[in-house]
Parts: sequence; structure tokens; C-alpha cells
Amino acid sequence: MAPSYDNLQDEELIDEDDIDFTDLREQYEVRLEEGLDTFVVVDGLPKVPADSRVKLTKFLLRKLNAVGTATEEGTFMPLDDSNTTLGFAFVEFSSPKEAVAAIKAFNGTPLDKKHTIAINKLTDIDRYGREGRVEEEYVPPTIEDFQEREHLRWWLSDPDARDQFVMFRGDNVGVFWNEKDDPPEVIVDRPNWTEMFVQWSPLGTYLTSIHQQGVQIWAGKSWTRQRRFAHPFVNLIDFSPNENYLVTWSHRPIAVDENNPGPMSMEEDGKNYIIWDVETGKPLRSFVTLDIPGPPDENGEPTKKKLQWPAFKWSADDKYVARMTFGQSISVYETPRMNMLDKASIKIEGVQDFEWAPATAKRESIKTYEQLLCYWTPELGSNPAKVGLMTLPSKEIVRTRNLFNVSDAKLHWQSQGQYLCVKVDRHSKSKKSLATNLEIFRIQEKGVPVEVVDSLKDTVINFAWEPKGDRFVLITAGEIPQSAAVPPKTSVVFFCPEKAKGNAVGNFKHIRTIEKKNSNAIYWSPRGRFVVIATVHSQQSFELDFWDMDFEGEKDEKDKDLTANLQLMNTAEHYGITDAEWDPTGRFVATSASIWKHTAENGYHLYDFKGTALREEPLERFKQFAWRPRPPTLLTKEEQKHIRRNLREYSKIFDPQDLLRKNKASRAIIEQRRRLLDEWLAWREQVEEELHDEVAAGLPDIAEVVDDGKNEVIEEIVEEIIDETEEIIA
Amino acid sequence: MRPILLSGHERALTQVKYTRDGDIIFSVSKDHIVCAWYSANGERLGTYHGHQGALWTVDIDPTTTLLASGGADNTIRLWDVKTGKLLKTWDFGSSIKRVEFSPDGTQLLGVTEKRVGHVSSIVVYDIKQDVEAEQSSEHALRIVVDESKATVAGFSYGAKYIIAGHEDGSVSQFDAKTGELLDTFQAHEPDFSVTDLQWSPDRTYFITASKDKTAKLISASDLALLKTYVTDTPLNSAALTPVKDFVILGGGQAAMDVTTTSARQGKFEARIFHKIFEEEIGRVRGHFGPLNYVAVSPDGKSYCSGGEDGYVRVHHFDRPYFDFLFEVERERANI
Repeated sequence: MAPSYDNLQDEELIDEDDIDFTDLREQYEVRLEEGLDTFVVVDGLPKVPADSRVKLTKFLLRKLNAVGTATEEGTFMPLDDSNTTLGFAFVEFSSPKEAVAAIKAFNGTPLDKKHTIAINKLTDIDRYGREGRVEEEYVPPTIEDFQEREHLRWWLSDPDARDQFVMFRGDNVGVFWNEKDDPPEVIVDRPNWTEMFVQWSPLGTYLTSIHQQGVQIWAGKSWTRQRRFAHPFVNLIDFSPNENYLVTWSHRPIAVDENNPGPMSMEEDGKNYIIWDVETGKPLRSFVTLDIPGPPDENGEPTKKKLQWPAFKWSADDKYVARMTFGQSISVYETPRMNMLDKASIKIEGVQDFEWAPATAKRESIKTYEQLLCYWTPELGSNPAKVGLMTLPSKEIVRTRNLFNVSDAKLHWQSQGQYLCVKVDRHSKSKKSLATNLEIFRIQEKGVPVEVVDSLKDTVINFAWEPKGDRFVLITAGEIPQSAAVPPKTSVVFFCPEKAKGNAVGNFKHIRTIEKKNSNAIYWSPRGRFVVIATVHSQQSFELDFWDMDFEGEKDEKDKDLTANLQLMNTAEHYGITDAEWDPTGRFVATSASIWKHTAENGYHLYDFKGTALREEPLERFKQFAWRPRPPTLLTKEEQKHIRRNLREYSKIFDPQDLLRKNKASRAIIEQRRRLLDEWLAWREQVEEELHDEVAAGLPDIAEVVDDGKNEVIEEIVEEIIDETEEIIA
Repeated sequence: MRPILLSGHERALTQVKYTRDGDIIFSVSKDHIVCAWYSANGERLGTYHGHQGALWTVDIDPTTTLLASGGADNTIRLWDVKTGKLLKTWDFGSSIKRVEFSPDGTQLLGVTEKRVGHVSSIVVYDIKQDVEAEQSSEHALRIVVDESKATVAGFSYGAKYIIAGHEDGSVSQFDAKTGELLDTFQAHEPDFSVTDLQWSPDRTYFITASKDKTAKLISASDLALLKTYVTDTPLNSAALTPVKDFVILGGGQAAMDVTTTSARQGKFEARIFHKIFEEEIGRVRGHFGPLNYVAVSPDGKSYCSGGEDGYVRVHHFDRPYFDFLFEVERERANI
């Protein structure tokens, strides 16, 4: 290989630090005479008589010289008329860097018990403190009158309880009311509302737009900007579950200009993450990215694994946020102060991943407040791999489980934190084949028992719990056939607990396996019961299967002990599907094909929960579709139960309403068509009259050929004899 | 609606035309040959040989005696329909994009391509409707199109106007006697060429198709926009159906514009819209390349499409096609 810059040997490069440049530097160093950056002003010194001035200077310099070099000659303490110092001094350092370091180190620190010194740059004093810059008299800040803000949850009071969704297509971002099979009603549509993508906050209050300068959140009926979070070149954002905090991340470290810090302080310099308080719009704390070491590349160079997102994970109540230092520890921070819990991160050797319980834990016979988090560690030396369950804030480990032959593990919490399924990919002793075990922790039962599902022969590529339920679906993939460009066939496997006495939840039992599918994605209805199994990001197959876990029809004899009755309700196809999303009420499913992934047939389809296609809308340069989330219901369990029991009564009210609306809409269409037909016929009449006049005036006429039934078809058969020969056959 | 597949051309079809009686279909293709087919059964009845380049256009006079064709060999040729004899050749400096007879068959227009040294123009010849007669070599009228080049053109009712469609999406109206430019109208998006222009039976209005994915219905006398039909694919052709108030649009993503053209992504379908309500009624699949031209029989009983795939597909409409009426139309019919 020819030598190039990239493959130069390191040894050949001479380390610059080894060369002594001091003589050259001295010779050529430029002294900036006008540079006042080396001067600082020290305030808050004791006022001493002139003869003690030298002593004080020495005392002060002893302190300051910890970070720089200032000399007695470079220090000046002015005197007043009575020959006492004025309580401040000018100090010259040998470089501006030292001056800055001194400010950083000693500004606001005590000199002795009585005196706290303030150090500022001379230029800053000049800039901010000059005459006229500071008001002589104290003016109390004006408190602005209370201004009624718009209700940020206005959309929940829609009389028809419609849901909203945001759509990003072309350069426009629009929010719409879902109108089922009718075109959605536009609420707001703005060009260039975002530069990268849009995102709802988890409870749906804010719509987030991402710009090069940072993040903005929008809300209320008028869609006004609520806050701005200036994080230059932000790439990703994540809200805490209750929308109190926002995490922003940029792959570029933040560069804060020392002289013009803007909304940031020097604290943020060089950081990648900022955690913001949404209410005030202020940054709480910033962090740098911690790279996860990946396997070394072919040259033995260390590599970085793909960024884990989110890196900062929130406890269910926003109280804690934690981040893992891969293989070492988990750091838990307490909001809103963002101090590390007990001032130290939790050492967990080898930690690979962790997850908070998505709901505040309710463990058997534990009365005190706690948040649970689980983590796993791989095999280390002779120690087995481990899954651990930790309670916070006490940091006690409440349950661990040892695992063997582990290649990888994934942690899946059920939405209410009742179960934790650890999907363990295990290799055989020879490390040739892989199989998956499910280790299911029953969090709310005494002693947190673990149930193992080890009947799966293949590796599980996808797993999802039923939200608020105790059933789950997984997808397994077989071995990848060699020399085949197609992905392996997959199987969809359904599980549910067995029927058990009382309130107990029985063992998890296999319901059914659907083989020879291409499916790779699971989308549960947010209310449970219904699940869509889809094939996304595939050119060859793009089907959607709508399953009902509680089919109300006849139940198979062999399923009689199961707490589910599985039924395929419908199958739909959406060519080029890249994403699917249930609306927050579980009534509709939107599937979309985004131009971010491919350019064929971009747009979205809308289905109802049972898989009936309601409408499809192809859209040029369609990018994103997102339902607006809803906060949890305010109704009590009893009230909800009451509604469910009286559904029939409600239908009586709503069905005629729907019918009326349909009729009204179709009447409007008919009216419109009638008008168009009238207009057209009137126009034709006028044109024909004009044409008639012009023909009368001498324009050559052309007769229309219209089949009035009198046209006759004459078929002529023309026979041409080209050649005639006679042959006598024997 | 079982189609008849006319396979005889070796290369992409460029135009297909019915005779006034609707019994014969003429097709031209990039393979230099004009073909004549029985529309009823798809049998080929003859070919016209002589052109030296790809053919872009064909037209038949109203009495089905003369046939005009034009193409990339820079000629317009006039043929005897019955015998296939070449009657006349007009030579030009650039290729011929469109030929069309006047409604009474006494005039023929041709649209010439713009090329270095040659301006885009519309030429008109007086035609003697007699296969024995000597046709004039001199044009009766020549309109130089110096703005955006003309892509399509045709005669209005009574040959009063010549209407031309342009590369910049505009439509212009000329006096057919003097060649004076009377009016222009930006019918389609600028930068999207007008690809087709076809007439209503009485030639008082016409439909244009464009690469901007829309077709427009426009009045001939004042260039007023009457209707717009919006699709999701660049259009090559648009036709009006007699008897029923429909329009048929054809197009599809050109192969050069997509990386992997499956029939699905290319949208190689004929689309039927309601002419008055601008609503899509149905689609007809079949071609596996873009549709370059659609033509409807003057009796309204069939239509055919010529595709980039080299086939002509003839569709005879079924009973439901004729029975289909919107409620308001039915209501009107019953009055």
C-alpha cells in the first residue's frame, strides 16, 4: 500500500512536546501592550493603613499565585485621603489565561473569616461598571401583571373527543383533527415550522420543533411558543415522563463564547447533553457524551458503539434521572437539583444496560416510597451473568438472578411495572447456535418469583407486552438461509397466563404460533386487547395483521384454560410502510411511508382498530405522522367501569349523531355535485348557442358522430386471389 | 372489460388514433412504422412503410381517405389509407411532433421541433381530399413560436383557432386564418411541459395533460379553465369520452426517473375521472411501462392506450360503464 496520510505510522511522527521551543518563543512572543486582559480587580479586601499595604499584598498574592504569577510590582492598591486602602486592588497577571483562571478559582471565595473577595476582569469592570451603566438608585424590578395563559390541554375538551395528529410533509407541519374516513380537519398548518422533525411531549401538552439553534415547544389553541431551549445543533430530544424536564443532545460539543455566553454559562462549554427545566426554560445541568466501547475493528483500533438513546433514563415520577457508564456504574441524579444521589454513582461491574420501571412500584408488603430499576451484567470470569433489581433511593438490591451462556439480554417492563421480562439470547456450548429464553419477573408477587419460558427454538427479534395487561407477543426468526438475499421467515408467537383461582395470575402459556411470516414489528393498542403485527421497512412484503386477544366468539376447546381467545380480525397491506402508530385511545391505527426511508408512495393510511381501511392519503415528500398523546384519564376506576358497563346506552346517543354527520356530509357533497352539474349544463347550452350562431354566420360545421342506434355496420369481405396453382396428388 | 392486446410494434408507441367511424385504429411507434388495426377484434389490417426515423404522430382525415404521419426523420407524409401508397412528403429542418387535420379535413397542421438553427413552428397545408390530386408543397400558413416551443397543437371548431400547448405549461390561441396570436393562458405549472391536447366532439373545449400530474379542461373560445383533474403521476395523455361525461388520463413515471421501476411504483394505469365532478372513478391496469397516449373511439364504445412497453391495449366498455351515473346525474336524467 502506498503511504498516505491515513496510514502513516505513529512512531514516525515527532511529538511536539519533546522539542524545546522556549528560546524561539521568547524571541518572537508578541507582547500586546494594549492588552488589559491580564489585569483583574480584586474587591472586598480589608481596608488597611498604608504601611500594612505590603503585608496585605503579600497575603493576597500568596493566595492568587496558586493559579498564576502576579508580582508585588504588578499589584496596586490605591489609597484614599486618610492613607488607608480603599478595599480593592488591581493585580496584573503574566497572561490573560492566568487572569481568567484566577477569576474562576477565587471569585466569591473567602479571604479570611470576615472577608470574601470578588475578582473581576478589569475590562469587565470597565464594560459593565462604567458610569451610567449602572443605575445610581435601586429600582425594584417591575412585576408584570398576571396574564391569563391559554389552557394547554384545550384539545381534550373536544365535544366529539376526536384525536389530533401532527403531520410533517414537504416543508409544512400541520396539526389536524382526525375525522375517520373523511379528510382530516386542519387546525394549524405552518411552513418551515421545524427544521428536522417534530415530537409531542409524552402527555401531549407540547409540540416540539427542532432547529439548528435549539428546540422550541408550542402549545395552546393558538399554537404559541411556550419556551425556547437554545442548544445549538441539537440532534435528539427526550422529555421526562411527566413533561417536567427535557433532555437535548447534540453530537457537537457546545462551544460557549467566553465573552458572549448568551443563554449558556461556561458550565455548558464542551458538553453534549443539557437537561432543562421545562417550566422555566433554564438549563439544570449539562453532560458530555459517554461513548460505549464497541468491539475493536479489523486494525485493532477501539471503536465506538452506536449512541444509546435515550442515555438519560427517567424514573416514572420524574424524580430521578440516571445514566450508565458502560461496564462500570449507573449514576442517579435527583431532580430538580440534579445532584448525584448520595454523591456517588452506583458501581455495578460490567453493567450492560438498565431500565427504570415505567410506573411507580407497588411491591407486596412494601409501604415506603420506592422506584425500581433493573440492569444486567454479562459473565465476568467465572461469575455468571446477572440480572439485578434495585430499589431507589435506598439502592438496595431486592432480587438478582444468575444466567449462563448469555450472548445478549434485553429488558422489557410491562407498562404498569407488574412484570419484567428479560429476553436472554443464549448460545450453545459450542457458541454456534442461538436460542432465546424469557425470564419473567413477577414484581408484585411475594419474593419476586421468576418464571422461565424456554420453549423457544429460535432467536426472538421482537417482544412486546400488552399495555396494562399480562399477555405478550414475540416474533422469532429462523437461521438466515445462506446465499439468500431475502431475510429469514419469521414466526409470530402469542402468550398469555393460564386461568388461575382468585386474583392470581397463572403461568404463562403459549397460545399459538403463526409460522412462515415476514412480520417484524408489534404494535399493541395502548388499551391492550388488540395488536397489529406488521412487516415494515421491506420492499417485498408489507402486510398488517389485526389480532384480537379477547375474541367474543366461540373459543377453541384446547384454549379453554387460557385467559385469551385469539382471533385474526383482518389483514391489510400498505406498500412501503415504515411506521405504524395507534391513536392514544386505541380506536385507530395510522400507518405511514416516510420519505426519510424511501421515496415510493409516501403518505399514510388510516385503519380502525379492527383493521378496516378508513382512508389513505398519498402525500408528496411526506415525512412524519404522530398522534397527539393524551394524559391519563381523570375518571376513577369506578367511573370507568360504569361507562364500560353502559356502553350500549352511549351508543344509542352516538350512533344517530354519527349518522347525522354522515348524512350532512354526503348531503353537502350532493349539493356540490348538483351545483357543478348545473353550471356545466348551463355553460354547454351557452356554448352550443354560440356555436350555432357562428355556423349560421358561415363557419363550416362538423357533424358529431353519435351512435343513435341507426348506424349500421357493414362488413365487407374482400377476397384477393394472389396465386392459384393446381397439383395433382397421386 | 377484457382488453385486446395489439402487439405488432417493436418499440414504444407514441400515438394511437381512431378513425371517425371508430372501426380502425392507427398507431405509430418509434419503430418507424404506422399500423392499422380493426378496433373490433384487434386484427392488423395493414402497415405503412417509408419513414426513416421514430414516428411521433399520426392523424386520419374525417373521411378516412388520407393519413398523415410525422416523426424524427423531419418529414410529414401523406398516405392513401386504402392502398398504403405514399402520396406526398413534406421535408423540414427538424422533427415533427404533432400532425392534425382540420375538422373538415381540408387543412393539415404540423408542429415542428425547435432545434439549433430551426425555430419551433406550426405549419398549415391546404389538403385536397382526393388520392389522385397533387398536394401543394407550399404551406398556407406558418406560425413561428418564438416564446416557449410548441409541443402539441390542434384546430378548434370550424377551424377558427389553432390552439397550441407549450413546453412551459402554457396554452396559446392563434387565429387559424392569419396566424395571429390572440391569447395565452398558463394552464399548467411553469417548467412542466404540456404533453397532450385532445378535443371534445364539437371542438368547443379541449383537455390538456402535463408532466405536472394534472389534466385541465379548457374552453377553446376564451381559454377559460373549466376543470382540473389531479393525479399522482406525470401525465402523457388525456382524452375525453363521448356519450359519458368522463375523461381518461394516462401517464406514469418515466423509467429514467425511478431507480427500480416495478409496475406498482410506476403507476402505469389509465385513470378515469368524472369530467364534471373531477372525481376519480376508476383505474385500468395492464401496461408495464408508462402510457404514452390514450384515445377514445368517437362512438364512445371503446378506448385504446399505447404504452412505452410497445403494446396497444383496446378496451371495449362494458354495460356497467354506460350505466354508471352519479345520483345527481340520474336525478337529472329522470326529469
